Amino acid sequence: VSPPSSSGSTAASGSRSYHGQPVLKRPVWTWEIPCYFYLGGVAGTCAGIAYLSELRGNEVLGRRAWAVATAAITVSPGLLVSDLGRPERFINMLRLFKITSPMSVGSWVLAGSGTSTAVATANAWTGRLPRLAKLARPAAALLGLPLSTYTAALLANTAVPVWHESRRLLPFVFGSGAALGGGAALVIATPTRRARPARRLALGAAALELGVTEVMHKRLGEHGHPYKQGAAAKFGNISRVCIVAGAGLLTARGGRSRTSAVAAGTLLSAASLSTRWSVFKAGHQSAADPEYVVGPQRRAIERGERAGAARRQPRLTSPDPALGSPATLEPTPRA
Amino acid sequence: MSLETHAWPSSYGERAKPRMGFFTDTSVCIGCKACEVACKEWNQIPMSIEGFSGNSYDNSIQLGPDRWRHVAFVEQKLPADARAGDSLVEVAARNSAIDAGVQTYQEGDGLRWLMASDVCKHCTHAACLEVCPTGALFRTEYGTVVVQQEVCNGCGYCIPACPFGVLDRREDDGRVWKCTLCYDRLKDDQEPACAQACPTNSIQFGELSDLHHRAEHRLATLQAAGQEKAQLYLADGEDGVGGGGAFFLLLDEPEVYGLPPDPVDTVRDLGSIWGATGAAALALGVGLAAAVLGGRR
Repeated sequence: VSPPSSSGSTAASGSRSYHGQPVLKRPVWTWEIPCYFYLGGVAGTCAGIAYLSELRGNEVLGRRAWAVATAAITVSPGLLVSDLGRPERFINMLRLFKITSPMSVGSWVLAGSGTSTAVATANAWTGRLPRLAKLARPAAALLGLPLSTYTAALLANTAVPVWHESRRLLPFVFGSGAALGGGAALVIATPTRRARPARRLALGAAALELGVTEVMHKRLGEHGHPYKQGAAAKFGNISRVCIVAGAGLLTARGGRSRTSAVAAGTLLSAASLSTRWSVFKAGHQSAADPEYVVGPQRRAIERGERAGAARRQPRLTSPDPALGSPATLEPTPRA
Repeated sequence: MSLETHAWPSSYGERAKPRMGFFTDTSVCIGCKACEVACKEWNQIPMSIEGFSGNSYDNSIQLGPDRWRHVAFVEQKLPADARAGDSLVEVAARNSAIDAGVQTYQEGDGLRWLMASDVCKHCTHAACLEVCPTGALFRTEYGTVVVQQEVCNGCGYCIPACPFGVLDRREDDGRVWKCTLCYDRLKDDQEPACAQACPTNSIQFGELSDLHHRAEHRLATLQAAGQEKAQLYLADGEDGVGGGGAFFLLLDEPEVYGLPPDPVDTVRDLGSIWGATGAAALALGVGLAAAVLGGRR
């Protein structure tokens, strides 16, 4: 017999656990998913910028933005399909439309957004499909917005504490991250003379991304510990450094030097990508440690805020031991 | 508790069967693992060897795609035998606990053994089923939750959605596998393999309403016998998952057995999740408009 183990007494930081085993399973999603979060955001915001730039008469920015949106949205399904356990069954994603599954909603948004963006881009660059494009342009711009934020709903709608408990702010982190990624991509792709709106967007989004992420970390309270350690913290730091450096460079020289603009855009793109990686990794860390799952639940029960799922009081006063005893269980009738 | 789920019995009409489930009474579990073996045999689950864990007698470690029943072994330092100074009342309470079938104290060395057979909870509000984008996970006519293997495309969404960590992907296969509550056997009026194999009736199978009734009597009996920490887990509709189709009688807090003390179906918060997501999308639209249409071109 092995010596009395720590089971039932202490885990890493106080709560009890079963031999330190995780309570939740870790997500099986791999590198494709945070990369898709980033690219989906780039595609979504670029479609919006493209549409609005054409309205404003900035054709150069408009066409570049359509091209970037198409490039990003073309890669996206490939990333998602390759992450499936059964890639050949990818089409099952469109078997239903299910509002309780952000992944189902997102699949339809991605399908619609991809199609309309491709048509709009073809028209912007070749002039073909003019009648279809009339519909496709605003559709792509509009669908780009949920495309940029639904991925936060996808993460929040899980049992992973660090994701679920940030459900009210995570969509804003992803929204500002999308604007940052899209703006930065267009700062890179567009001549400086024509990139003024992209610079404005990137700088505004950079400030927001820093602020909203900080507020999210604060609001998470005890649930936010994963952001302070391991890969989640590293990516968070990279993101902050890249935002500050990129925004500084963009402000100082982004309007005059294309080289500086490209460098600043690259830094800000890296920041946008790193934030998604930080969120992604925090979820893995949050699910892997039973303390992060059990601790807050137990403390909420102790504070009287939650009843929990266990009850010691029987709902009857005079028990019949025979009725409750496994020894007197009637054998189940067999056919 | 209300047994009704979102899709059962409403979507089955006259074909709906009584909601079936498990009552796992851990106070009489002897840790024989017959349930694990029977489950593997009947469901033809692939071999999985984790090696020597050092976690008491548990070398199968956790539920997973290749383990749909898992027996937990907990060793606790608690007095096993009457000691000098124990009052007659205490001795009597201990004896009556033993009479009631709570013989989980290993004699002699002051260890208390807790053993419990874990399984998919077949939740009333099952997050796995709700988030499944393909509809591979569905609610059967018995009110249980089952994966349709010919539909599952291995997207993995159900895995972090489950508050109990039940579901996982089979690596070489790419799909998610879990307890079906022996859907095939139920259709032939047979009880699930684990329940049939259980030698102590620790795993009881039946209509959920009957099992709840039995469980209340068992809990009251154990409480009266001095088992103060005896508790029913997932037996109530008011908890975060609306109660389980599989529920448990535990002799200590749920987390001791690796179970979350307050599991919540994430879909309960879907309103605020979509609300925030929509608001963020709108805010993004305003931001884009401000950046492109406002200021100099």
